Amino acid sequence: MGFSVSNQGDVTVVEVEGQLIVGNRQELKQKVLEDLEGGARKFVIDFSETGYIDSSGLGVLVSLSKKIREKGGELRLSNLNEDLRTLFELTKLDTLFRIADNKAAALEGF
Amino acid sequence: MRDDLILEIPSDPRAIENAVDMVVRRCAGSDYCRRKLELNFRVGLMEALANAVLYGNGRDPRKHIRLEVAFMRHAIEARVTDEGGGFDPTCVPDPTTPENIERAGGRGLFLMRKLMDEVRYNEVGNSVTLVLHLEPPARFGDAASA
Repeated sequence: MGFSVSNQGDVTVVEVEGQLIVGNRQELKQKVLEDLEGGARKFVIDFSETGYIDSSGLGVLVSLSKKIREKGGELRLSNLNEDLRTLFELTKLDTLFRIADNKAAALEGF
Repeated sequence: MRDDLILEIPSDPRAIENAVDMVVRRCAGSDYCRRKLELNFRVGLMEALANAVLYGNGRDPRKHIRLEVAFMRHAIEARVTDEGGGFDPTCVPDPTTPENIERAGGRGLFLMRKLMDEVRYNEVGNSVTLVLHLEPPARFGDAASA
C-alpha cells in the first residue's frame, strides 16, 4: 500500500496502490501539496491499482482539488473501477471531478 | 444479536483496515456476493469504525472500539460501539447538496446509509448496528434504495 509519483511533461501523476483510506490519506495529501508548493499545477491521480476508497479518501481528493484550483491548476482522476465509480456516483463527486477512463485520456489536452 | 465474532480495536486509524480485512476474510468462503462484500460491507464497516475511532473515541489510546459481527445465512449484522458520549445522527447534513459537496468531511454516515440495508443507532449515539441483506436486493451499490 502506497503512492508512486512520476512526471509526464508538466503533469504530476500519482498512482494509488492498494487503498486510499483514513490510515494513509495524509500521506497522499502531503505528496501532492509538496508538488503544488513546488510550482506544479497539473495533477492526475490514477486508481488502476486501487482496491477501494473510504469517505476520508474521498474527502482528501475534494480538499486537494480545491487547493489546486485555488492556485489556478487542475486535478484529474483516472482508471476508477466499477466499485470506485459507484462511490463517486453515490456521493455525486463524479460531478466535481474530471474522470478519465485511463491515464492517457486524463493526460490528453492537459 | 448472535455474536460470531467479537473484536476489541484500539482507537488508532491504522487498526481499522486490519479489523475490516479480518471480518471480510471470514465471509470469503461463503456464498455472499463478492461485490456486496467488497464494496457495500467493506466500505460501510470501515466508515462505522472510522467514525468511532476519530469522533467517538477521539483517537484516545485509552479507549477501545467493540466490534460484534453476526454472520447469518442471508445477512451480515455488525455492531460498532465506542466509548464516546455519542452524537445525534439526524443532525448530519446531506454531503451531496451544492453547499456541502466541496466539504472535505461528512460523507461517512451518508455512505453507510447508502451501502447498507439498515443503519440503526442506539439512543446515546455511540453504538451503530449495520445490517446488509445478501438477497434480494438487485441493485448493487445502493442497497438502501433497492
